[in-house]
Amino acid sequence: MIRVQAQDFDIGAEIAGLTKGRTDIGAVVTFTGLVRDMTGGASVASMELEHYPGMTERELERIEQEAHRRWSLQASLIVHRIGKLSPGDNIVLVITASAHREDAFEAAKFLMDYLKTRAPFWKREAGPEGDRWVEARASDDDAAKRWDKKSG
Amino acid sequence: MKILYFSWVRQKVGVAEEDITPPPDLRDVTALIGWLKSRGEGYEAAFENPKLIRVAVDQTHAEFDAPIAGAQEIAFFPPVTGG
Repeated sequence: MIRVQAQDFDIGAEIAGLTKGRTDIGAVVTFTGLVRDMTGGASVASMELEHYPGMTERELERIEQEAHRRWSLQASLIVHRIGKLSPGDNIVLVITASAHREDAFEAAKFLMDYLKTRAPFWKREAGPEGDRWVEARASDDDAAKRWDKKSG
Repeated sequence: MKILYFSWVRQKVGVAEEDITPPPDLRDVTALIGWLKSRGEGYEAAFENPKLIRVAVDQTHAEFDAPIAGAQEIAFFPPVTGG
């Protein structure tokens, strides 16, 4: 499942929703991304997340399907927030559930690496020095490319 | 054909989306960018360095040599920064 939303998410409630009534899940891995008050030496007062409605959902679904193709997952969830966020706020949540921990760990990492380089979101940070668009990082591209070599 | 712009590409072009009818002889995304650049200073500035631009054809990531014939929606944006 994937969701794009302005409102915050409750990690505990999301895990409970994903595992409720299931007895085939032995491992749950979650990743949560938060807004920091500092990036590249510049302080951040707030952040605006823009996205491409329609393509965002399609791309997140494609990424999720790819994770299910590569690993044995019982369930998964991607939630990404949009709009104005402040330092300390949640941005993104990835949950993967599998019978054994390896699949859940690997798939969660893959989902985040792919999301960061493929899902059409753009961050604009506001701080005392003015507004600026966050630039993509080569290290994120490298992290995503690692998965190209593996068949999973 | 609907053209969408996001992030600083949108700011430089000056609009978020527009309906255009490009000349029929434009084959691929590269040719479309060349044509868009001729439409004004904002476009010229937005597409000044094509290496900074990413494209999606009908909501799917594409390369600059992707054909544009039959496309409903083409979007231009900088590398994504979500997560």
